[in-house]
Amino acid sequence: MQPAQNLPEEYDLPAPVRRKRFLERAPVRRSLPWLVVVGMFVFWELFVRAFSIQQFVLPAPSAIFAALWQWRWLILDNSWQTLMTTLVGFGLAIVVGGLGGIALGSSALVYESFYPALIGFNSVPKVAVIPILIIWFGIGTIPAIITAFLLAFFPILVNVATGIATVEPELRDVLRALGASRRQVIMKVGLPRSMPYFFASLKIAMTVAFVGSIVAETVAANKGIGYLMLVASSRFEVPLAFAGLIVTGVMGVGMYAISAGIERRMTGWATRSSDMSLPT
Amino acid sequence: MNFVELDQVSLKYNEDPSSLALYKTSFSVPRGEFVAVVGPSGCGKSTLMKVVTGLWPVTAGSVKVDNRVVEGPLSIVGMAFQNASLLPWRTALDNVMLPLEVAEPHASKLKSERAAYEQKARELLAMVGLKGFEGRHPWELSGGMQQRTQICRALIHQPSLLMLDEPFGSLDMFTREELWLALQDLWMARRPTVILVTHDLREAAFLADRVLVMSARPGRIILDRRVPTPRPRKLESAYSADTVALIAELREHINAARAKPS
Repeated sequence: MQPAQNLPEEYDLPAPVRRKRFLERAPVRRSLPWLVVVGMFVFWELFVRAFSIQQFVLPAPSAIFAALWQWRWLILDNSWQTLMTTLVGFGLAIVVGGLGGIALGSSALVYESFYPALIGFNSVPKVAVIPILIIWFGIGTIPAIITAFLLAFFPILVNVATGIATVEPELRDVLRALGASRRQVIMKVGLPRSMPYFFASLKIAMTVAFVGSIVAETVAANKGIGYLMLVASSRFEVPLAFAGLIVTGVMGVGMYAISAGIERRMTGWATRSSDMSLPT
Repeated sequence: MNFVELDQVSLKYNEDPSSLALYKTSFSVPRGEFVAVVGPSGCGKSTLMKVVTGLWPVTAGSVKVDNRVVEGPLSIVGMAFQNASLLPWRTALDNVMLPLEVAEPHASKLKSERAAYEQKARELLAMVGLKGFEGRHPWELSGGMQQRTQICRALIHQPSLLMLDEPFGSLDMFTREELWLALQDLWMARRPTVILVTHDLREAAFLADRVLVMSARPGRIILDRRVPTPRPRKLESAYSADTVALIAELREHINAARAKPS
């Protein structure tokens, strides 16, 4: 039961040594994702050159990066627009999805009444809603924000609701037997418990928010990466269109990394490391 | 003076007649007594817990705790279950402190007297042998340590009624015996009224002042047996001839109850 502090000297062994293979070393492992990306581009470049594929069909990475550099200010301006649009939509999704999830998860009545309607709502392809948004708000930023929001809020809502609704009955009894109000049960147990679900959903919501804003921009905007790609391909500036894709990918990975970082800090308890546990 | 009093309590969970869990159950527990409830599985022992703590309303009859009819969840109760059900994002110390954040009068005093309360929680953890583990999270504790933490959580707000639903059921025998002694120490130090629901007859015979045997569902009390062993009891008493005879007697009644459901 007690920690092994005062063992006799003969038990005083050095720390376990295990030789790590080359691929298991930390610096190597950290560079592996980069190697994969670089390797992909090299393969792409060789592929395009070997079969002498026309630039307007599939541009080589070298041409794409050249276009990226040539149009850097234009791309920066437009990707900033897309990033802001996505973040606003995503922020709205967090607020609405979070509050909705709390309401849905903490009351069986609310859950039963609203869930079928929400499923139906979520089944509607959001792209089909964009023309309606144009009628209401005109061409511009607002349809893109709303599309990003519509795609992103559902996963957040479902996950927060699940986290709160699946509180162990014993735990609820413990708190209720102490005179806890419903609000207290949610604040002390439900919300902290739903945090891992919430952060898992953020990673999904983040990426679909990008999808939403970019798709809306190709249809109903005069700025943004989606708009830029549409214009570029209509002018057969295919390397520029591909540059837009790459910038989108980079933004997606960046936002994902940020949410994953916050997740690790906030809910370290949910990812139990085996190194820390004691034998039972 | 009786602290807990059940008078002809019946409980049906819904319209279905087979959901009758208790039928005209009556018993009483004086203040400060340690009572164990044993019986065949599914006899309504856990229902009994819910009824006494006010978490589930009775269908007929009345439940009185501290001379007041129970109509809703009581706030003077500490509870512990078979699963430790600790909050994984809190350390052992913070888990023990949880009731203080909820139960009055502690909740409103907690901010200003946090240090004193924390000291109490540390003392309690030390009493069950968890000194030095206050800052660990539940997954860093063994099963027995989690149960100890849970029992501290059930006791921190000085409840006058302690309800234990098979708290040691998932532990190995040596850990269980260790915790019997720890629980006896805690009980003797504070003297809350205890109702312990268990499957383990030896546990009941060792810990309780009185053992109640319940019949098969719908549950009623079919035997009310006093355990004369003087306190503080040593672990050897759990294996003494008297205890073995008592266990045999309890087993006989439970077997009879299982054979012909009432």
